[in-house]
Amino acid sequence: MHVTVVETRHATHTAVDGVAVSGVVKRFADVEALAGVTLSVAPGEVVAVVGPSGCGKSTLLELVCGLLAPDAGTVKAPAAALMPQRDALLPWLSAEDNAGLALRVNGASKAQARAAARPYFAAFGLEDFEQARPAELSGGMRQRVAFLRTLLAGTPVLCLDEPFGALDALTRVQMQEWLAGALAREPRTTLLVTHDVDEAVVLADRVVLLSARPGRVVETLDVALPRPRRRTDPAVQALAGRALRTLGVQA
Amino acid sequence: MWAAGLVLVLLGAWEAVSQLGLVDELILPAPTAVAQALVDDFDLLGPDLWTTTVEALAGLLAATVVGAAIAIAMHLWVPARKTLHPLVVGSQALPIPVLAAPLVLLLGFGLAPKVVIIALVCFFPVTVNLYDGLRAVDADRRKLLRSLRASRAQTLRLLELPSALPQAFTGLRIGAAVSVIGAVFAEWSGSDAGLGHSVLISSGQLESARTFAATVLLFGLAIAFYGVFALAERRIVTWAPRADPGGP
Repeated sequence: MHVTVVETRHATHTAVDGVAVSGVVKRFADVEALAGVTLSVAPGEVVAVVGPSGCGKSTLLELVCGLLAPDAGTVKAPAAALMPQRDALLPWLSAEDNAGLALRVNGASKAQARAAARPYFAAFGLEDFEQARPAELSGGMRQRVAFLRTLLAGTPVLCLDEPFGALDALTRVQMQEWLAGALAREPRTTLLVTHDVDEAVVLADRVVLLSARPGRVVETLDVALPRPRRRTDPAVQALAGRALRTLGVQA
Repeated sequence: MWAAGLVLVLLGAWEAVSQLGLVDELILPAPTAVAQALVDDFDLLGPDLWTTTVEALAGLLAATVVGAAIAIAMHLWVPARKTLHPLVVGSQALPIPVLAAPLVLLLGFGLAPKVVIIALVCFFPVTVNLYDGLRAVDADRRKLLRSLRASRAQTLRLLELPSALPQAFTGLRIGAAVSVIGAVFAEWSGSDAGLGHSVLISSGQLESARTFAATVLLFGLAIAFYGVFALAERRIVTWAPRADPGGP
């Protein structure tokens, strides 16, 4: 499987492929969401950001995607495609039209966008569901369509906001393995936000731990483990346990 | 079906009241007399039904075009919202008779002044529902389109309009039903044909049965209009579970 990086209107920003967030502060009215966050994602690297609810994880992704501007500090990032919490699929579009949405926004016709999306359906386990509406898909299938839509945006960076947070535990584990495989075949600079430390350790090259609000980086863990990883591997469990203890949870 | 049952029960009671001579038939003709008038006077009422149908459809079409334009303008442009929103609401308090004289002077006795009056009566639900629908777009989906750097026009076309469609149809169904009474108001403001005109003339002539027969046709017309739009909604808004719009 190979995704051609489609010529997009973001193309001018692609001089750097990595993400550099430096001393970023973000407030909403009286609430300070982020209090001086510094982190980087090297080209081709997968970095997971883990923290308790409300620690500003989603805000961090919106800053990297250029949807928000920081109150202080700098965000340097090439064009990034966002996969929002929940799938944000458009219920009136078929799976293939949802997957090709970014291409339509970039000026492709409906037929061109479909033709570009269709070849991925088999590899994504979505064969024969090209014309299905989101309501007809299972939770896992919806997330795969949403991920394909993010991939087909053709941006150098992917921002995944709790991609599997809404799934049941069993489907979530399956989808994590699937995503690990997809990223192995199709390496992308990826910033993954999650509240699941196991998910972070299984998928990421590095795990950034954020404190409770206002979010700041508590520790960064290098995950120097061979792939594919399973959440039951002792080394994975050891790192996940360490992450939890750092976040103040007894594992 | 339930409505038909209720109507049958009410008709039975009404017929009994009439047959027992409890009410003067000039004031309340028996249902059988109304049905008889419907048959006997159909040469008279048929063309009136056609006239009113055309007027109501033309008015509804005008209301849809103008209402959609106003709703989209208010949605996209804050000055339009601040200017038009109070006026849209205020328009619903305009007494039709006040408008009738200037409209007839400006536009004559033809279809044009009627289209204006009918459109005025039914554009409110069309406009308000579409406007609210455009604003009620899911925040995550809006965020997604922004992250794709969609232009304002693309966001409207790919996200907001389809998302607002179910609620726009609610507005259209209400507008379709009230367009019929709008046509009656319009005809009362000056006309020589139509069911509203027929009601006015027949009641003046104490032709109570014919007056009621024309009213029955107006009743049926409103239900038919509503039904057509409910059907169109079911054909077009085929995604996601939603409240059954409920045909007649």
